[in-house]
Amino acid sequence: METLITLLVGVLVAVGVYLLLSKEMLRIILGTAILSHAIHLLLLTMGGLKKGDVPLLTETAAEYTDALPQALILTAIVISFAVTAFLLVLSYRVYQESGRGPRLRGRQDE
Amino acid sequence: MITVLLAIFIPFIAACLVPFIHKILTGRRIGWFVITIPLFLFILLIRLVPSLSNGASYLYTFPWIPSADVYFSTHLDGLSMIFALLITGIGSLVVLYSIYYLSEREAIGRFYTYLLLFMGAMLGVVLSDNLIVLYVFWELTSISSFLLIAFWYHRKQSRYGAKKSMLITVTGGIFMLVGFLMLYTITGTFNLQELISMREVIAADSLFIPAMLLVLIGAFTKSAQFPFHIWLPDAMEAPTPVSAYLHSATMVKAGIYLVARFTPVFAGDTTWFYVVSCVGLLTMLWGSVNAVKQTDLKALLAFSTVSQLGMIMSLLGIGSLAFASSESTQIALFTAATFAALFHLINHSTFKGSLFMVVGILDHELGTRNIKRLGGLATIMPITFTIALIGSFSMAGLPPFNGFLSKELFFEAMLSLKEANLLSMDSLVLLFPIIAWVGSIFTFIYCMIIVFQTFFGKVHAPAPGQRPAHEAPIQMLISPMVLGSLVVLIFIFPNLLGTYILGPAMNAVYPQYEGMPGLVPEIHVWHGWEMPIFMTIGVIIIGILLYGLLRYWKWIYSVGFLQWTLDRLYNALLQRIERVASVVTKTYMTGSVRDYVAYIMLFFIALVGIGLLGFQQFIFDFSDDAVIEINESIIIFVMMCSSVAILFAKSRITAIILNGVLGYSIAILFVVFRAPDLALTQIIVETVTTVLFLLCFYYLPEWKNEYKSVSMRIRNGLIAVASGVAVTVIALLVQGHSMYPSISIYYETASRLAGGLNVVNTILGDFRAFDTMLEVLVLFIAGLGVYSLVKLRRKKGVDHPEEK
Repeated sequence: METLITLLVGVLVAVGVYLLLSKEMLRIILGTAILSHAIHLLLLTMGGLKKGDVPLLTETAAEYTDALPQALILTAIVISFAVTAFLLVLSYRVYQESGRGPRLRGRQDE
Repeated sequence: MITVLLAIFIPFIAACLVPFIHKILTGRRIGWFVITIPLFLFILLIRLVPSLSNGASYLYTFPWIPSADVYFSTHLDGLSMIFALLITGIGSLVVLYSIYYLSEREAIGRFYTYLLLFMGAMLGVVLSDNLIVLYVFWELTSISSFLLIAFWYHRKQSRYGAKKSMLITVTGGIFMLVGFLMLYTITGTFNLQELISMREVIAADSLFIPAMLLVLIGAFTKSAQFPFHIWLPDAMEAPTPVSAYLHSATMVKAGIYLVARFTPVFAGDTTWFYVVSCVGLLTMLWGSVNAVKQTDLKALLAFSTVSQLGMIMSLLGIGSLAFASSESTQIALFTAATFAALFHLINHSTFKGSLFMVVGILDHELGTRNIKRLGGLATIMPITFTIALIGSFSMAGLPPFNGFLSKELFFEAMLSLKEANLLSMDSLVLLFPIIAWVGSIFTFIYCMIIVFQTFFGKVHAPAPGQRPAHEAPIQMLISPMVLGSLVVLIFIFPNLLGTYILGPAMNAVYPQYEGMPGLVPEIHVWHGWEMPIFMTIGVIIIGILLYGLLRYWKWIYSVGFLQWTLDRLYNALLQRIERVASVVTKTYMTGSVRDYVAYIMLFFIALVGIGLLGFQQFIFDFSDDAVIEINESIIIFVMMCSSVAILFAKSRITAIILNGVLGYSIAILFVVFRAPDLALTQIIVETVTTVLFLLCFYYLPEWKNEYKSVSMRIRNGLIAVASGVAVTVIALLVQGHSMYPSISIYYETASRLAGGLNVVNTILGDFRAFDTMLEVLVLFIAGLGVYSLVKLRRKKGVDHPEEK
């Protein structure tokens, strides 16, 4: 399971980076969103998958899954949401101000 | 020794205080506060002179960076004492002079801050015993010199001169640092005293010659030796008190100090002698020849300083031969050269300091320092004239001034070379006295130019904007008068200086000959009809002849190689470097953010790649993996497909929906992986995100197929795939190496410690509550950003800078 998820993480990172390298703002925002998905999965995998019960303390469970990555990911989800929202509104505003699509500078032949 | 530490740190502390005290002591009155510092230190130091002449020295150490063998150690011995007295003594006089030199409209506070900064740094150079500490102070003097030269920074020439001096001296300083590090690799110590005691070890090492040459480059750049002297004439853009202080009396002598200080370390080898004395003599000749053609008095003095520094340097070179000789008579002959060097060092500071101040007075009172615009001032400015006369004649080597004594010693040292048993270079060595003699003739000529072309001849009518000539106020004359009287006093009582100041310094340069009779020779005003006096008479006769015929042979300066200057080389070189640097920079600083993102990713890939190459243990351990169930593999398959599909999405709506698919699939994965809190959060966040995307979608234009070129597509694709592979490999490797036990067990005590049963909640709300609070802050800031981006409108009438 871990190996499979790690491969998935690799695919997501590749897609995210490819989008990040593009010119269009919307693609870049999608790229950051996908990169954060990848990292969340990676963090969770590092703690080991399905190694115990849900980390809700009960009398019966013998072992719990690692709760620490979950706490980290929870924070990360919220932050990445804030970043995505900000970037989206930023690109909206740039479009409003400049009258053209929010594109980053670059060579013409790309 | 607390005095030594005080001497270094008091100027720095005072430099910090100046801006505040300037608020109380406004205008030029701040100078009266500043002058107390060098004066106090001078008195503090001069009280130690008797004990130093009895052979004491003060070493004080406290650890600074002990792990790197850097100790803040100060060492006060005879050699340091000479320089420390010059720094504080001349410093007091210069501050006094500057109080009346600077106009009230100038940024006086800034001036004194820099000056005190320099004073502290320079004292640090001559008093520190650790090479790294010395280097730090050394560069600090370069920086303060830069600031002082650029004091009138609105003038282009000032900025040019400041940059030039900074570039040359700092580059030299870096060479010197490399030399110091080589010495460290040889000996394992940065302490000067220990280095001196290990001179045999150093001399036997293969790094001996490189280290020596590197240290010498540092000394030569700082002391304006040929061919690095070009910065000194341009440094004359500084206010005259600065020129008198830094660029004639103290900072340019730091190189001399370094050479004298390292003589016991390096002098066993004749390479040291050849390099130091040849460069010194060449500098002396070049400087004096160039000084004659100058029309700006300050530039003339600058070249004369170059020449005099060369002379001192060459004497130190000859003095080093004492280490190579064994007979005691020979040793005494060569140590006398070092004695002459140190003696002339003091003499030069006195007469050159007074001459600079005289030029400053002329500039201040007449508004010009161009020789062609000056003349006939002897009767109008009698006191200034007298001081200039004393200074110039002393520099020319005439009695009854101290320059005569040191010039005689100089000739004597040059003549003593024929006694040396140098293997092959006998003919070259015989040239030395001749070069020295020619250099002295030119020195004589420019000294006459200073006196006669400025103070005799016809009086020029003041040009528009110039004031009529008049004597300077007495406050400005005090400092040059003190220096001028020292010039005469040293001539009368040279041996007082010899015993108390120069003697201990000689012991510091020649530690193994300490106490040897003849190490501190007695200075005689008259020592019979011998070669030196004939040489002096020759200099005077030929000098007068050549000066009289100056206009008939001055044309040689306008022809041939003398026209070619090192300045042009420097300028061309600097331009070339700037051009190449700009071309190189433009190749990778494209101004396109996506290129920079590509660099970041490439760097990451390279870092991981190189790290993995060095990391040999590729253990992939899959044994601990959890089992895969069919439904999970379907979700993962869906995610992979949809993520790849985003890349090929023709319309935005497809891409946004595919992103939504990814987000919700992850939520399902969270459920599978026993993370209910994450799943809940992910579902909420994903919903809001998708809505936001769609909202923006409404406003933003349809996206275009943005890749026109295939090569770009391939480049980005390769970077993306490589990043993905790098992340995967690292993650798999980490899973194979469980090096540390998990710390999560601790949080399972949550119910007891935090009173909660949901471990994730207790971590967020209790164990790591600060993190969560800051996370909320981030959200708040992002919210503010979103709100202001949506709501704030540009005011009408205010142009957006980008639209211009």
